[in-house]
Amino acid sequence: MSKSVTRPSTQPDISVNFAGIRSPNPFWLASAPPTNSAEQIMRAFDAGWGGAVWKTIGAQITNVSSRYSSIDWNGQRMMGFNNIELISDRPLEDNLREITAVKKRYPKNAVVASLMVESTREAWHTIVQQAEDAGSDGLELNFGCPHGMSERGMGSAVGQVPEYTEMITAWVKEKARTPVIVKLTPNISDIRTVARAAKRGGADALSAINTINSVTGIDLDTFIPSPNVGGKSSHGGYCGPAVKPIALNMVQQVMSDPEAALPISGIGGIATWRDAAEFILLGSGTVQVCTAAMHYGYRIVEDMIDGLQNWMAEKNFANIEAFRGLSLPKVTEWKHLDLNYKIVARIDESKCIGCDLCYTACWDGAHQCIHLDRVTGPIDGPVEMHKNPHDIEVAARDNITVTPIPKLDPPKPTEGPYPTPLARIPRVDETECVGCNLCSLVCPVENCINMIEVDTGLPPESWEERTADTLTGKSC
Amino acid sequence: MHDLPQQNAKIAELFQDLHPPFEPQAAVIESNRCLNCFDAPCTTACPTHIDVPRFIKKIASGNLRGSALGILEANVLAASCSRVCPVQVLCEGACVMHRYNKQPIAIGRLQRFAMDSFHANGGALPKQSHEEHSQKIACLGAGPASLAAAAELKQRGYQVTVFDKRPQPGGLNTYGVAEYKLPLPDSLREIKLIEDLSVQFRFGVEVGRDIPIEDLEKQFDFIFLGVGLGAMHKLDIPGGDHPAVIDALEFIANYKTARATSIQGKVVVIGAGNTAIDAANAAARLGANTVSILYRRTLTHISAFDFEYEHSVQEGVTFHWLTQPVAIHTSNGKLSSVECMRMEIAADGSPRPVANSNFQIGCDLIIPAIGQSPLLNFLAQCNVRLEKGRVAVDRATGQTTNPKYFAGGDCVNGGREVVDAVAEGKRAGIAIAKALEATHV
Repeated sequence: MSKSVTRPSTQPDISVNFAGIRSPNPFWLASAPPTNSAEQIMRAFDAGWGGAVWKTIGAQITNVSSRYSSIDWNGQRMMGFNNIELISDRPLEDNLREITAVKKRYPKNAVVASLMVESTREAWHTIVQQAEDAGSDGLELNFGCPHGMSERGMGSAVGQVPEYTEMITAWVKEKARTPVIVKLTPNISDIRTVARAAKRGGADALSAINTINSVTGIDLDTFIPSPNVGGKSSHGGYCGPAVKPIALNMVQQVMSDPEAALPISGIGGIATWRDAAEFILLGSGTVQVCTAAMHYGYRIVEDMIDGLQNWMAEKNFANIEAFRGLSLPKVTEWKHLDLNYKIVARIDESKCIGCDLCYTACWDGAHQCIHLDRVTGPIDGPVEMHKNPHDIEVAARDNITVTPIPKLDPPKPTEGPYPTPLARIPRVDETECVGCNLCSLVCPVENCINMIEVDTGLPPESWEERTADTLTGKSC
Repeated sequence: MHDLPQQNAKIAELFQDLHPPFEPQAAVIESNRCLNCFDAPCTTACPTHIDVPRFIKKIASGNLRGSALGILEANVLAASCSRVCPVQVLCEGACVMHRYNKQPIAIGRLQRFAMDSFHANGGALPKQSHEEHSQKIACLGAGPASLAAAAELKQRGYQVTVFDKRPQPGGLNTYGVAEYKLPLPDSLREIKLIEDLSVQFRFGVEVGRDIPIEDLEKQFDFIFLGVGLGAMHKLDIPGGDHPAVIDALEFIANYKTARATSIQGKVVVIGAGNTAIDAANAAARLGANTVSILYRRTLTHISAFDFEYEHSVQEGVTFHWLTQPVAIHTSNGKLSSVECMRMEIAADGSPRPVANSNFQIGCDLIIPAIGQSPLLNFLAQCNVRLEKGRVAVDRATGQTTNPKYFAGGDCVNGGREVVDAVAEGKRAGIAIAKALEATHV
């Protein structure tokens, strides 16, 4: 893609009209603790959030203590987050009154009421009427909550059964005057079945994904899983950065299915403008954020807006619609991929720091085609001709090393023309390399290992084409 | 050595940790920074080949016992090495982070963290064999080389006796390391674990004087020479035998054992090796008004590590380059000055006196640090071949030219680091065990 030097004279327009709900930007807070009260949501709007889906309102509940747990990874906190909190535990009247107050003070921001009541037509009609009378811009039906509420026949108990989803969506549509968004649960074998049901029921839009069933971990001293509620735990809903790839896949599945596709609000692990751009590229009209705001506060939206606008300006996208869904045609079924496309790894010796993680990854996790015998070994050839990791480690241990004394042992110049000694710079046997990417993924140095396309001299051919040819006897 | 002594309170205050230990969470954060290199350069750079990424990732996973045991497998004096090693030229110097985001992993401090935790939890050295063998090995000298050989052999079930003329074990590790790196009790604490393996120690015994070497040759199957080097070179100039001329190792041992906890006046240290710097820094901390180092050549020629030199400058030590002492003057029986001569570096690189350049530097105490002489008389009794005053050995095994003797440490390498002595002692221990195994059949 060529980079343009001319930038639009004005900032790209990031306002959205999502199934009829207008918002100054695509960044909404998801229905969760950050949207529990008017006081919070008004501060969030002041920080820059375009919209907020109110913490789910409905039947009165009582929460437990504690409620959250998380997965840390390599010293990074909250790589994955889990909760067993239920819907709003505040009185319904308070929530309704506050929705009215927020809409009055922030008429341009989107306020969506998230709803969950027992599965009767009357109950749903009542809550729809109450939320719309309070002034909400739209309704999000919480068919996704995976814990607690599902045991009472609500939340994911509805979202896991296409017939219930269709039926309740239809009840809501009988009454609703504002757009109806159905929030999908990922805790189902094929999310498209429920998305289609929602569409059949008349939904105006979808949002996906809700949280994923999870047990985050177990205390190795007490053997109690977390979060610990008086010595016991219960499965919760998993979210945060860890779930983003799962959410992206589900958004793509829904948006690529004509029977399911509707305006969709992307949810799942979104923490930066980059995450948001990816969801929009797969068709999302807005994105919803929770964990990142719970981790760092409402202020994160500033860079989400700023970063997205800068990127849009750089790519010459005047508005969100200019790039929404651009990546959808680039996702296909495996059988349509080109079997004759070939790439190989190439290591930039001047960037290599000599950690040799690519070497060990290729030997143990891939195809044994990265070698450390640059100085002594054969250039290309089968694995048997090269030293294996064990031999290399044994040789290193047999090596006698002494502490260099400045006067007696002047520092030796590095062997070879690169900052890293040649013997520690791995090289790729390109005849054996299958182009799997693993080495470039483990390499800690940016752009040190590049995957380079090589010409196989063969025309593009997919598995589907190849097997069709086989059936007709044209080739094997 | 059953009751470990406490560090003298005054010395403890004057010689606080140069590199304070990691708090647990900081250790985990630092451990997570390690890339976990394959065939890691830090491991190769370590003379004892401690598997650095392995022990660091065990800190990250919370397996502190496994971390320490992995370290000890390679280096039985890992606690002191973690604090006295010149890591800048060893493991940390080899870290690939220098070519990545510049700050190497704090390997030394992480190793200390693992070892401190091991000691705090009453960890013991594991045995490699539950069999006891009757063969006996004598280790002469209780410094790092002998301790490493002794531990290796005892862990394999052989009977080991360590002889040393000093009252405490550890050699220079106990008596010669700057207290802000390794306090004396910490050296002894680590050696206690070797004693707990049932290695026998005989202190206050100088082999060759108190016991004839022939007796040991009869009583023991093998003898390991870990005797180190002998006395420091005397300052061979007029007045060099004055009582206020104290060699650097004696000076350091005196303050470490709290025989001297403060000094006054002007101190002159002669020489610019690591020992000279340790002595000069100690003099500054003990209260000297001024501390000067005299060296006959220039900064580029010193045998001290760069970071030791820089540290010394920070401690307030003044360096006088191209300065050669020629005489010591006294007044009323006390030192008054050292007379020096200017030097210049000749075209061939050697230092040469400048004519009529003599000048005086006032001083109250002179600390020569101009190297140690080898124990030639003692080594002659062992019938091992020497090369330039050092015991000649096969590097991979430490075997001397006399099949009864193995050797390692300063008497072999001429004076290097604790970690070098440990590596040599361990290699010799393994080689002796192999030789003994051959006789088991």
